[in-house]
Amino acid sequence: MLRKLPSLGRAVGLSLATIGFSSALMAKTELTMYYPVAVGGPITKVVDNMIVGFEKKNPDIDVTAIYAGNYNDARIKALAALSSGKPAQLSVMFSIDVHELMDQDAIIPFDELVKTPEDKQWLNSFYPTLMQNGKAQGKTWGIPFQRSTIVMYYNKDAFRAAGLDPENPPKNWDELVTAGKKLTVRNSSGKVQQWGAMIPSTGYPYWMFSALTKQNGAVLMNQDGTETYFNKPAVVEALSFWKDLGSKHRIMPDGTIEWGTLRQNFLEQKTAIMWHSTGNLTTVKKKAKFDFGVAMLPAQKEFGSPTGGGNFYIFKKSSAEEKAASFKLVQYMTAPKQAAAWSEATGYMGVSEQAYQTKALSRYVDNFPPAAVAKDQLKYATAELSTHQAGRVRKLLDDAIQSVLTGEQGAEQALSSAQKQSDRILRRYR
Amino acid sequence: MMTGAFSQVKGIGYISLPERLAAWLLGFLWILPLLFAFWAAFHPSEYTTHFDLFAPLTLEHFVSAWDQAPFARYMLNTIVITTLILVCQLVLCTLAGFALARMSFKGKGLVMALVMMQLMVMPEVLIVENYKTLANLELIDSWLGVGLPYMASAFGIFLLRQTFATVPQALDDAARIEGCSLLQVLWKVYVPQARSVYLAYALVSISYHWNNFLWPLVVTNTEASRPLTVGMAIFGAPESGVDWPIICAGTLIAVSPLLAAFLIFQKQFVQSFMKAGIK
Amino acid sequence: MNRTRQLHAWLLLLPALAMLAAFTHIPVISTLFNSFYESPIAGKPGQFIGADNFRFVLDDDIFWKVLWNNFWYALITVPASIALSLIMAIWVNSRLSGRAIIRLAYFTPTVLPMIAVANIWLFFYTPEIGLINNLLEALGFEGQNWLGDPDLALPSLMVMTIWKEAGFFMIFYLAALQSMDTSLYEAAAIENAGRWQTFKRITWPLLMPTTLFILINALINAFKLVDHLFILTKGGPNNASNLLLYYIYENAFSFFDTAYAATLTSILLFILALLAWFQFGFLDKKVHYR
Repeated sequence: MLRKLPSLGRAVGLSLATIGFSSALMAKTELTMYYPVAVGGPITKVVDNMIVGFEKKNPDIDVTAIYAGNYNDARIKALAALSSGKPAQLSVMFSIDVHELMDQDAIIPFDELVKTPEDKQWLNSFYPTLMQNGKAQGKTWGIPFQRSTIVMYYNKDAFRAAGLDPENPPKNWDELVTAGKKLTVRNSSGKVQQWGAMIPSTGYPYWMFSALTKQNGAVLMNQDGTETYFNKPAVVEALSFWKDLGSKHRIMPDGTIEWGTLRQNFLEQKTAIMWHSTGNLTTVKKKAKFDFGVAMLPAQKEFGSPTGGGNFYIFKKSSAEEKAASFKLVQYMTAPKQAAAWSEATGYMGVSEQAYQTKALSRYVDNFPPAAVAKDQLKYATAELSTHQAGRVRKLLDDAIQSVLTGEQGAEQALSSAQKQSDRILRRYR
Repeated sequence: MMTGAFSQVKGIGYISLPERLAAWLLGFLWILPLLFAFWAAFHPSEYTTHFDLFAPLTLEHFVSAWDQAPFARYMLNTIVITTLILVCQLVLCTLAGFALARMSFKGKGLVMALVMMQLMVMPEVLIVENYKTLANLELIDSWLGVGLPYMASAFGIFLLRQTFATVPQALDDAARIEGCSLLQVLWKVYVPQARSVYLAYALVSISYHWNNFLWPLVVTNTEASRPLTVGMAIFGAPESGVDWPIICAGTLIAVSPLLAAFLIFQKQFVQSFMKAGIK
Repeated sequence: MNRTRQLHAWLLLLPALAMLAAFTHIPVISTLFNSFYESPIAGKPGQFIGADNFRFVLDDDIFWKVLWNNFWYALITVPASIALSLIMAIWVNSRLSGRAIIRLAYFTPTVLPMIAVANIWLFFYTPEIGLINNLLEALGFEGQNWLGDPDLALPSLMVMTIWKEAGFFMIFYLAALQSMDTSLYEAAAIENAGRWQTFKRITWPLLMPTTLFILINALINAFKLVDHLFILTKGGPNNASNLLLYYIYENAFSFFDTAYAATLTSILLFILALLAWFQFGFLDKKVHYR
């Protein structure tokens, strides 16, 4: 009986060793990433499929992709996870969160991970405008993934009915107003049946506003996110124009316009023109029961739209292997082939020139030219409002915009008070 | 429920015709959101905002809702969280309510005041601090994390204290003479007497936690613990462009168990409230 | 013997008290404590800054707006939902045909999660394609931008809140009405008292404890129920419909300014303390209970 024990022990030891050995062989790097969705469609499924593709190619890496709601939710959840037992190693978050994430010391620059010439080539492959929001202090902190610009969706049938050329949508503000007046249809008692245009002013009013300001030749902040220019005359002028579309030209409803229901308004032909994220393109294409077109936003002094959407970030609080694996994943997800598939499925932009050169996407764009508008507009695009304490600063501007659109304050008054408060917040970062 | 003689009394049983109509109208208004949910969920999207009696029926929205969000998992989370909270509440509140009803000890007044404080300061108010506490306990994104702040309920303690205080002392004494221990007395004498209070409390607690949103939103991160409400919120967030038919289908999936339970138990529900003296 | 009895009492209370302490009492104290510190940045704890946070609060226009909104929100929704729930209970308690269906209808909002039905309410309120405006326009009235007009956004939220609350409170009134002593009503009938007289002299006084219970619940809810804001308005336009707890959430979880959130929470706690004082020190003496 006793003599048996050592052999038993040995057997146990041996099997333990086997287990240890095999688990070492099998040791997978486990990654968790959070991502947001701010546009329509079953995007979670698309992401899941891309992840499956990655795991097949990299059997030693296990990825859990977690859908966390809107951009704000995703940032909260990802940062919250860092201090919990189950941290994320990388995440897709708002491109404009970069300064705040740096202030929290939460992320690392991609420059630390870029080593080989191929890596460098990859890093330089993205559209430069899309890189703007990811850069700070001379380093790259965010890699473009689900990126968009604002485009103008318009109802060609309505254009025809109003005697406008459906292939020649408004190219500047004046044309927008003239066309809008023709497109606004009232019934016999003067009630509006179809509005000329709608620009959403809930959810992300500051984003829509950056388009108007860029068109008027102004930007809202500096690259380091320490200064805002809310009270510059061109900015005030842009906000007055937005307000005038409703109160003076009467081609847009008064008050704020809900971001979430706008697409439905457009689909039900309650507005002939809407400004919205390119991310809605696929859904609009699927659901529109009329002939629609997509065009660049009209210009005043120049064309313009902010870029928008989410970038990949890699968190500091992760091991070297995890960082390397995360880097691999980011490279995979943003490679031309994936970027092309992603763009086709969602309407988001292909993030690099090569993505549009892939067979799949170039064929898609040929068959469906609206898909190229966002890309063509990129050369006029500017970075999205991004500062330190981004949430607070954004809210200041959002509130100012809404107070003007609802007629509570004049543009000048609202914007200079927003600027004063933003100065107070940003002073300590200068 | 009502005696014949009683309902003939003009003061309380009587209802005039205009009032009847008003009652029906109000009922219609109150159920309208639910009716709309049924309408939108079972008809093709083009009919969502256009009412047509002969619109074709479809189940496609249920399919796509089910496809787009892991409802089964959310449902499981909600059931586990709700049950976990309820069981702990019943145990904790019974013990505390009994002590406060039938035992004398120093500092009882103070304890009572400390308990009642939670009636006013519900855990919702303290999300920021409670979040920190749970982060320290590494319980973020877990069932237990969602449940913990609610497990001691001042409302439950107070309710059971009131009920236990009305149990005749003679029953208590008799059980003791038979040699029952303190906990046996509680279990054999007091708990059975409070059956309808337990039922009423359970229904309130279940409908509260089934529908609770703010705290679960803060404390859950992933599908592992995310309940239906939070799942619904991120699934139907206006940011992604409101798609009413799918949201309505999702809503119906989410509320069906609770709605069915209420349909089945609605009579007992009111009666248990009545007997429980929650009034 | 007395000693063991005391010990037993404390043992019975211990689990509940421990949980209450961990998730109510200690957090209350640390909230007050944190409102005198800066927010931690990148894991480094903030400095003690005295009453600076409170000074910022007093200087914060949004705070005043939010407080004012919350005041109105409570002032309108609490009496309205109580009155409506009482009327509902009286109706459902009468000889009304289809009583069970109507009771169910009144009660449905309680079973529906606020966050999910908010999307349905969004459909009611949305201009152009929404239900309310289509109805109004069919009847020849002007539609409104319910959630996009600062004068209408908060009232629109109030309507939804009343809808949500009234049905739940009805159950309490209904239970009270059904367990009432019928002899008083028989006496009133003999005296030939009118319905209003009977209500005023018998029903209302007898329902007083219920009303008090509901009142306190409704008041607390007025400061606690913000779920629909997440979907309907996010507090906008320009904070026209923002409420205190939602503003706390924004500060803590969107701006990561936990110290400021703690300061705002302290103020909310102060308001709740006032309500408690109002209940225990004032109302309880007026209404005799039990």
